[in-house]
Amino acid sequence: MRIEARSHHPRGLILFAPVVAILAALAVSGALIALTGVSVMEAYAQILAGALGTRLAVTETLTRATPLILTGLAAAVAFRARLWNIGGEGQFFIGAIAVAAVGAELTAGLPAALAIPVLLVVGAAGGMVLMVTALGLRLRFNVDEVVTTLLLNFVAILFVSMMIEGPLRDPMAFGWPQSVPVADNAALPRLIERTRLHAGLLIAVLLAVAVYLLQARTVFGMRSRAAGHNARAAGFAGVPLARTLVMVACLSGGLAGLAGAVQVLGVRGYVTTDLSPGFGYAGIVIAMLANLNPLGVIAAAVFAAVMFIGADGMSRAVGIPSYIADVTVALSLLTMLVALFFTQYRIRR
Amino acid sequence: MDALWILASTGLWDAVLRIATPLIFGTLGALLCERAGVLNLGIEGIMTFGAMIGWLTVFSGGGLWTGLLVAALCGALFGLLHAGLTVPLGLSQHVTGLGITLFASALSYYIFRLVVPLEASPPTIAAFRPIEIPLVAEIPFLGEVLASQTAPTYLALALVAVMGWVLFRTPLGLAIRMTGENPHAAEAQGVNPLILRTACVMAGSALMGVGGAFLTMSAFNSFFPTMVQGRGWICIALVVFASWRPGWALFGAVLFAAFDAYQLRLQSALENAVPYQLFLMAPYLAAIGALALMARKARVPQALMRPYRRGER
Amino acid sequence: MTETVLRLSGISKRFGPVIANEAISLELRRGELLALLGENGAGKTTLMSILFGHYTADEGEIEVAGRPLPPGRPRAAIDAGIGMVHQHFSLADNLTVLENVMTGTEPPWRLRANRSAARRKLLAIAERFGLRVDPGRRVGDLSVGEQQRVEILKALYNDARVLILDEPTAVLTEQEAERLYATLRMMAREGLSLIFISHKLREVMAAADRIVVLRGGRSVAERLPADTSRSELAELMVGRRIARPVREAASPGAPVIAAHGVSVRHREGTDLEGIDFTVRAGETLGIVGVAGNGQTALARLASGLLAPEAGTLTILGRRVRQPDVAALVRAGVGRIPEDRNREGVIGELALWENAVLERIETERFSRRGIVDRGAARRFTQEIIDRFDVRGGGPDHRTSLLSGGNMQKLILGRSLIDGPSLLIAAQPTRGLDEGAIAAIHTRLLAARAEGAAVLLISEDLDEVIALADRVQAIAGGRLSPSIDGAAADARRLGLMMAGDWSAAGAAVADAD
Repeated sequence: MRIEARSHHPRGLILFAPVVAILAALAVSGALIALTGVSVMEAYAQILAGALGTRLAVTETLTRATPLILTGLAAAVAFRARLWNIGGEGQFFIGAIAVAAVGAELTAGLPAALAIPVLLVVGAAGGMVLMVTALGLRLRFNVDEVVTTLLLNFVAILFVSMMIEGPLRDPMAFGWPQSVPVADNAALPRLIERTRLHAGLLIAVLLAVAVYLLQARTVFGMRSRAAGHNARAAGFAGVPLARTLVMVACLSGGLAGLAGAVQVLGVRGYVTTDLSPGFGYAGIVIAMLANLNPLGVIAAAVFAAVMFIGADGMSRAVGIPSYIADVTVALSLLTMLVALFFTQYRIRR
Repeated sequence: MDALWILASTGLWDAVLRIATPLIFGTLGALLCERAGVLNLGIEGIMTFGAMIGWLTVFSGGGLWTGLLVAALCGALFGLLHAGLTVPLGLSQHVTGLGITLFASALSYYIFRLVVPLEASPPTIAAFRPIEIPLVAEIPFLGEVLASQTAPTYLALALVAVMGWVLFRTPLGLAIRMTGENPHAAEAQGVNPLILRTACVMAGSALMGVGGAFLTMSAFNSFFPTMVQGRGWICIALVVFASWRPGWALFGAVLFAAFDAYQLRLQSALENAVPYQLFLMAPYLAAIGALALMARKARVPQALMRPYRRGER
Repeated sequence: MTETVLRLSGISKRFGPVIANEAISLELRRGELLALLGENGAGKTTLMSILFGHYTADEGEIEVAGRPLPPGRPRAAIDAGIGMVHQHFSLADNLTVLENVMTGTEPPWRLRANRSAARRKLLAIAERFGLRVDPGRRVGDLSVGEQQRVEILKALYNDARVLILDEPTAVLTEQEAERLYATLRMMAREGLSLIFISHKLREVMAAADRIVVLRGGRSVAERLPADTSRSELAELMVGRRIARPVREAASPGAPVIAAHGVSVRHREGTDLEGIDFTVRAGETLGIVGVAGNGQTALARLASGLLAPEAGTLTILGRRVRQPDVAALVRAGVGRIPEDRNREGVIGELALWENAVLERIETERFSRRGIVDRGAARRFTQEIIDRFDVRGGGPDHRTSLLSGGNMQKLILGRSLIDGPSLLIAAQPTRGLDEGAIAAIHTRLLAARAEGAAVLLISEDLDEVIALADRVQAIAGGRLSPSIDGAAADARRLGLMMAGDWSAAGAAVADAD
């Protein structure tokens, strides 16, 4: 038996891969559900109903998908340039806490049209700083950014914890560790009344399109892809590798930081250490499921959101731990890797 | 002066060994994988699963050593998954490893929640007890430090020597190192790199599982989600710090644990004058610092993260 | 002494639609030095990989000393006494000589490796065949020639009686190569049987007892050196008569690139130390040398990827102080990189992206950071048409092209605008005769149109055919230049070995 590279990479096969991957992940999760004696069909029906069954459920799912699109984009742009940003989680938190720090008072007097963009930029900048730090360590000391971004996730969350128990503590929170709230003027407008769905979704979708165009149509996009696929050849063709990587790091860290900002401005209004149930890590899965395509990220993020939101309702209804959603999403990363492999290679005897 | 007094207390060094033990297991495990040429970022999840399944085994009536064994077996199974995807198929070791971590962690929480519903406070087990070695207890200071250690700690210390011997003194170890340096050369000498890599990843992952199990079966006596707290990533950093040498891995783990134990005590000595989060951050920052210091000097196994395919260079 | 030690019968191997070997039969006698001659892609390496168990043949059998060899298991081949010296050494740089040799020779479960016994055995073999090495040295610290010795020792340590060498002289100087062949003949006299793979006619004629020619995966002829000639072998190897283009007299103009006392630090290879050279418009300067003597640094220097640490480098009238690819490309420098697959093109990108990447920032292909894909596609189509690139349109993935067509794409993007300077590093490495002739024609045409051509090559015949003047590179230094007409293999060989005075190299460069 030997593994042989395909000379052609059929488009259909590549589009088909995530579907196969998700079905395979659902099958394995189904087995895990079946082991408990609960009907798999029943459980999955509950997940679908919980996530998409009512208008409110749909808006909740889309609300959950919003930060996931952004963290998914953050991972996708970095991975495309072979920059292994695994620090989306930490960048998310730094973006969020930066927004709380600035948005509580500094921008409180500004009109919304000014306060919101300023705070979004602040959040993005927070994420950028963290990612550029990790890249700096790679460029200067040759330290693998996978490990540094992972470790910085813990540092970032502890930093947030320090802030919300220290200088940014909300004195009105009855001793709960949470940050001062962002002033109301900067709350993202609701898209639908009496739901939590907010304008962050539009921002995320527009950014996905923007990133797509950036990658497909611009000099920067072409260079970052070139650098990612073959840094040596890109260097030969005059691509400024360090500068391109710094720009990619800014974009990636910025998107993750923005996810934190959007979550604060659109949903919570303040920061706690449980602001993210692993948005940063889920972003990695979403980017891979999308095969690093920015538009695909939207669909992949919706899939993950359906699982997460649906699993909560399913858990209450049939008593399966909602962690099954995390299991399915994590599995879909592994199955997607295998599916992608078979778009590139075939096995011959 | 208080800060210096702490260094001389047996309590500190007793804690150091306790904190170091899971790091020693994890670092040796990761080191073995990497010596054969495979980066195993599944470590964080495998440790989590080991912690959960070891605890669960004892909780459901199994013996402590059975618990460790089950944790090792489960670790090896995750290792087989990682190796299956990265060795013959040559998938990205980075992404696959992260996938294993996400999967193994989520699966641990899922199984744990199936057994222990959310409302209950985490149930406990009777963990490993310190073993007393007759004469050693008489030695001043060292005796006291060792008196509170449990059997798995001694196992970890023994494993350092075993790993060093195997890697550098046996034909098998030479074959492993050759596979991590140049699998084509290994194959040309009749060593099968695919089998060897798979075996090393499985064995290394088993050690990771045991390292995780130590947390719930000796350091603490219960399981709760997120308890591994980045220890796996720290092990990955320690491997680089140790330049892929077991003896140095022990030194790194102990140094690191000393740092951790010291900050914990300093924290209480300083009585909240400094935010405790700064102390908690310190280990992670220290790991990054150690990486920055060593990454350029370290002699990385040349074929680390390079998939091996026959006839392809 | 005509005992047959190795017999291959009817070996066939297909990779998908590609036939690598078809019904090849071969016999090797005791004490014989057999040459396997063929172009790249003729199936030599595949055949030897089957013999050594890296691949399994679709059909056919192998017998060693009368006994069948189980297929697909390197260990079985080693145990049967077959040793292989790969073209790209199979060594681990971070391990010692002894460790490299010992790997896999003891049962894995033994609790302790017997180093002292291994050391004694290794030293004894080294003594017997005159292959001196220090067992305790790290392999990465050895020279290329010494590393090859370790490769051979590794095979001998395994008690090899049949030794296969894949292009063994590719990385050696002429002198080292001669010494190697002397060693190989000595081994043959000692009763070993050897096969060496080569595409160099000169070597094959000089060293082999018998020559088997492979072409297109088949064994097409068998000759004794006494009964054949280089031209017959060339024709057998290629299958038809291919005339390489002939160089006409040059009429050099003003200097286009000039280096004076240039030193370059190159992290991944040999540094350059105080080199001098000048190339004028309308002439070709050939730089010959054995791989790894600083060619990479020189090519990268002239291509704008490295800058001089000391000395002056002037390209098209401007002094080079910083590495700046874009500026060079804009000024009209065409660049053919050393390693097509790793440096020349990015397989995952489309043809058009590879065609314009190095000039993407010019107004022709982008405005305010937005790529003008129409212009880029038209440019690519023009290259495809004019340079006969086959295998895909502008939007196809570049990895679909064959090596020769990739090289044509690279050549096309470098030549289409009529460059003033062309840097050609190993432009025909790994190509077959037809493609080589086509590329030589292009290079001569560029020179005729007034381009200064800096040709860096390991292929003596190529340099002799194309260069108006020749300098040799050895250990990061450049020899004085000699006239192309005066360059012959022997003289270039001496120059490549660093023996510049013996080569009688006159300073022909008036500058």
